[in-house]
Order: sequence, then structure tokens, then C-alpha cells
Amino acid sequence: MTAGATSLRRRSRSRRTPAGAAISVLLWGYAVVVIAPLMLVVFNSMRPTREIFRDPIALPGSINLDSYVTAWNEASFSTYFWNSLFITVASVVLATATSVMAAYVLGRYRFRGSSVLAIFFLSGLLLPFRLAILPLFLLLQNLGLVDTRAGLILVYAATGIPFSVFILSAYFRQLPGELTEAARIDGANEFVIFGRVMFPLVRPALATVAVFQFVPLWNDFFFPLVLLRSSEKWTLPVGMTRFFGEFQTDWSTLFAGILITTLPLVALFLVATKQIIAGLTAGVGKI
Amino acid sequence: MAKITLDDIGKIYPDGTRAVGHVNLDIQDGEFLVLVGPSGCGKSTILRMIAGLEEITEGKLYIGDQLVNDVPPKDRDIAMVFQNYALYPHMSVFDNMAFGLKLRKMPKEEIKRRVLEAAETLEITEFLDRKPKALSGGQRQRVAMGRAIVREPKAFLMDEPLSNLDAKLRVQMRTELSLLHKRLGTTTVYVTHDQVEAMTLGHRVAVLRAVSPQRPYNLQQVAPPTELFNEPVNLFVAGFIGSPAMNMVYGHLEADGDTVWAVFAGNRVKVDPVALERHPGIDERMGDRLVLGIRPGNFEAASHVAGADPDKQIEVNVEVTEMLGNETFVHFLLDEEPVMTPDIQELLGAAAEEEAVMGHKTQFTARVSPDVPVTAGDRLALVIDTAKMHFFDPTHGVRIGATPPPGMEAMVQS
Repeated sequence: MTAGATSLRRRSRSRRTPAGAAISVLLWGYAVVVIAPLMLVVFNSMRPTREIFRDPIALPGSINLDSYVTAWNEASFSTYFWNSLFITVASVVLATATSVMAAYVLGRYRFRGSSVLAIFFLSGLLLPFRLAILPLFLLLQNLGLVDTRAGLILVYAATGIPFSVFILSAYFRQLPGELTEAARIDGANEFVIFGRVMFPLVRPALATVAVFQFVPLWNDFFFPLVLLRSSEKWTLPVGMTRFFGEFQTDWSTLFAGILITTLPLVALFLVATKQIIAGLTAGVGKI
Repeated sequence: MAKITLDDIGKIYPDGTRAVGHVNLDIQDGEFLVLVGPSGCGKSTILRMIAGLEEITEGKLYIGDQLVNDVPPKDRDIAMVFQNYALYPHMSVFDNMAFGLKLRKMPKEEIKRRVLEAAETLEITEFLDRKPKALSGGQRQRVAMGRAIVREPKAFLMDEPLSNLDAKLRVQMRTELSLLHKRLGTTTVYVTHDQVEAMTLGHRVAVLRAVSPQRPYNLQQVAPPTELFNEPVNLFVAGFIGSPAMNMVYGHLEADGDTVWAVFAGNRVKVDPVALERHPGIDERMGDRLVLGIRPGNFEAASHVAGADPDKQIEVNVEVTEMLGNETFVHFLLDEEPVMTPDIQELLGAAAEEEAVMGHKTQFTARVSPDVPVTAGDRLALVIDTAKMHFFDPTHGVRIGATPPPGMEAMVQS
């Protein structure tokens, strides 16, 4: 709460100075550059294609959602959408669940080899996973996981773990040690301490790592392109390539498809930004 | 409730440094024992070893009659109050207090009964639904206390529980703690660096000191507060207990027939026989260089004592006065190099060097009546209650005639 209040105060103060005004102008200009094409997509997705060709930049005369129906049903967007959602959510849940347990141990215990283990996890951040596609493909093939959603989920989860462990273990480390000790004296064993005392306290950090994993996975084109063959398993980014070919001239449907792809991310940010800010301001501090 | 016995307890960290050595304590059933000492004296480590949060590397620890060296904290049946309260931030006050009971699978009604009862005692009933962050420091402190009380444990362990409160609240909570202990009668071990807390709360107070390679012992003296104050076993205890601290100066005693005179910094005062009786063996130290100790409270302005004995007076040049309303502190200097034994150096810490810079002057503080008209620069006659004078050996700092603290016997004999 206090952090929010200070940032508000800081912002209003900076507006009064010339430098502050310049920054405001710059930021608003950037916002327009970003938002304008997006608005164009929104408006045009609601207009028939014929109208778009006649006048590309105009407000829709009436709200017409036909192109959404077309995209959803005829262009198999429904299939892609549910695939994307399932694969992304499953990957994020799997990676986060694994990371939070690993991070707890790495952040709060010292044991022989703990620092080596921590470095091992972090080294994943240095690896460009796409360069490892060939061995990865062969590995999945031997496991019989090529062209399965499970295979893709496993790969995705693995890519998300290093970053999540990094963030979460730092978060665990800064929780006061007295909490663990108090719980231990209260009669809690290690599992109870993790599950009922420490885990609830890192929830804000969980939201952060979940969002940071979700976005690149949702947008990822490369891994599903290589690892998935059958179109009924495709995710949105891959599905869109076929869709672009098919509906090259049907701009309205095209825009609707793009919007369907983007909306979950927008929704996620609307929800999660709040979560992340709450997490940052609430903190744990001296309680 | 139970007694707690520390039998030659010690702690050596894996890197070989010793934090605690040879601590022997018999804490009686229902006793309020305070561990006090400057930072680094090992008091918290001892408490954490009793709690089971720190491994005991030497000696034996008994709670009741059970040897608990290898018993995990949850099975020791003790409750601890932490300096930072360590409340679970995501739980309500009720859940914070009930957590330990829930984990012990206590029936719901019993949990509720105990929590409500404790909340009533501590006057926090109205906050039971709140989260810790919506509470003030004092309220959090009470919740932490409540969490300990509901467990109805064999003993309470408290690690500087009042040090995060502001001064006024601390005094209030100190009184409440005292009352609470009277009501519950639970054995309590209380750690603090504040000698006022130690003196006001403890049935007995254990004064601790950091170990050194030559002296791997922490305990200096374990005694009721008045005994610590009146008969400190060495200069360390004498300097630590009491505020303002005891005045110390080098000097010697002279026997002149039946009368004994204390000679220090050009002054000569008659020593009351009572003081000599309190220091067995002092007769053999006549003429030896000693450290003389006089508490600030054992001075008074000669003008304010009817029939003041002229043989027990000294005249001083007042340097600074502090009027506190119901007493006045008078600071003056004596023409003698300051007492600087290892004890004193340890107590002063970084301030020791400053003291050394002062050179050949010893600082003294006297407490006089508030209506004594005195200002800086005045010449003032002070009368000393010489029955309450203290005499210490200047080499090892042990009080003349006292049983030396553990680990110092050899030094005293040599």
C-alpha cells in the first residue's frame, strides 16, 4: 500500500518538472504507437472484408461478430485455442510445482553439494534451448513422445524451471528464519512447515513466475512446429500459419483470429498485474 | 511445568569457534531465570540450545528428568517467544495461536477454549480475526505471548521479547509479563541485554560473558538481583549491573589501629567495618593495590546529610550535572588513571579506547538529592556510604573474598 502511494506521489511530482513533462509526452506517444494498430485490428475484425478494402481505416458501422464465428469454427481456431490453453497451463503448473519445491530446498537448506545443485539449476538460464532441438527431438522420439501434447509439455516445463527456481529460491531465502523455527517449536515437521507456513508466503512470487512462463509459451511457434505433426494437436501460433494461407484475402476473419489469440494474454495481464503489484507491496517484511 | 538442568553445556561451531562453554544451571520448577549479558555473550545460543534449535555439542540438557539433547524441538514441550514475534503473516491471530494445538491434534472445542482464554488474559479478543500486519507492535507481542500460553508447555523460552517495543510500552509489557508469570507459574528462561529487564523480572539472573580461548566459560554469576547488585563477583558483573554503572578507581587500604582507611586519588576516607566484613580475607590485602568500587547511589551531598562524618567525605570539582527531577547526577574526575582490566575493556567495547585517551583521569558519577544546588564548575563536598564500598583484585577483577566465577579459580590462586 505504502509503495503504491509513494509511486503515485513520485509520478505527480515528476509531471511538474520539464523533464517529467517530456517523459510523459514520450510515454504517451509510445502508447499511441502500440495501441493504434491494435485498435485497427479490433475495429476491422468487426467489419466485413469488403468494407475493409474500400476503407481500411474506419470505425465499424455496426458490431458484427460473424468473422469470429468463422475463425472459431471453420478455421479450427477452437481446436488450436484449447490445445494452446491446455499445453500452456499444464506446462506452467508442472514447472511451477517442481520449481517451488526445488527452490524451497535450495533457498533454505545448506547441505553438501547444495551450491553445486543451485548452479546446475541456474545453468539452464544460460542454455539456448532452441539450439538443442536436434538432441531434444531424438530424445523425445526414443521416448515415443514426438507428436504428443505430453512431450511438448515436458519440454516446456523444463525450459521454465531454471528461471522459476532462480526467482523463487531468492524469495524463500528472504523469508524470516524465525518463522520456520516458530513452526518447528509449534510441532510442525518439514513438510508441514513447507506446506502450511512457507508455501502460502511465496504465493505472490508464484504469480510472477507463472506469468513470466505463460507468455512465451503461449506465443511459442518453434517447438510445436517441430514436435507436433498432426494438425488436431497444433497450438495457436502454428495453426495461424495455415490460417494465414487459407484466409489470405479474408481480412476480417484474419483480424478476428489474431484477436482470439491475443485476448487470453490481455486478460492474464489484467489479472496478474494486480497480483504482482499486490505481491510486491504486501511483501513479508518484519511481521 | 518442569525444572530445566544444564549440565556443563557447551557449543562449538563446525568451524571450531566456541560460542558457549561449561554452562551449569539448575532452573527450578516455576522459576523466572534471566540470562543477561552484552551482545556476543552466548545468551541466545544457550536459549536456542534449550529450545532445540541449535545442536548441543557438549554437556547434557534435561527438561524435567528427561535427557533432551537429541529430542527435536516439537517433542520438548516448550514454547518460545521470538524477538521479531515470528507470527505467521498469512494466518489470523486465532489461527496463529491455534496452529501448535491443531498440529497436536487437539479437539476443536479445547483449542477454541484455550485460545479464547489466552486472548482474554492478554486482552486481544477483539483482534482474533485480524492478520498480524493489521496489529501494532505491542499487539503482535501479545499474540506471540498468546501462542506460547495456549500450548501450556513445560517452560517458556523468551528471546528478547520486548526489545522491539518503544520505551514506554516496554515498561508496561514488563509489568504485565511479571504478573503473567505470577499467574501461570510456568518455568521461564528469558534472554535480554537490558539489565533493567533482568533486575526487574528475574527471580535469579545469570550474567554471561563472551568466552575467550583462555577462558572458555560464559557464566559469571547466577544470583537474585539484589545479590548481583550488592555483591558482584567481579568487575564484569559490577560494571554491567546497575545504571549508571559502578564507579571504579585504583587505590589501597591502610590499617591504622582499629580503623581502616581507603586511599585513592589523593583522598582518604574511613571504611565502615561492615564493608570489610563483606570481603573475607581483606585484612591480608592491606597496602595492596586494589580496585575500589562505589555505586553512584552511595554518594550524597554532605550538606544534605545531618551529622555527616567528615572522615567519609571527599571534595570534588563538578564537571557536568544532569538533573532528572527526582535525582541529580554529578559527574567529576579523579586524579588517577582509569581502571582498565580485561573485564572493563570487554564491557566498554569500542568505548575503551576513548577512555584510554582520557589519560590519567578517572570518571566518577554521584547521585545526589535533586534539591542540592549544584552546577558545573562548583566545588562540592560528597559523603560516601562506605559500608557499601566494594573491593576487587586489580589483576583478574575478582571481588576480594568471593568465590571466583567458573574458569577463573586458577587465576585467583596464582
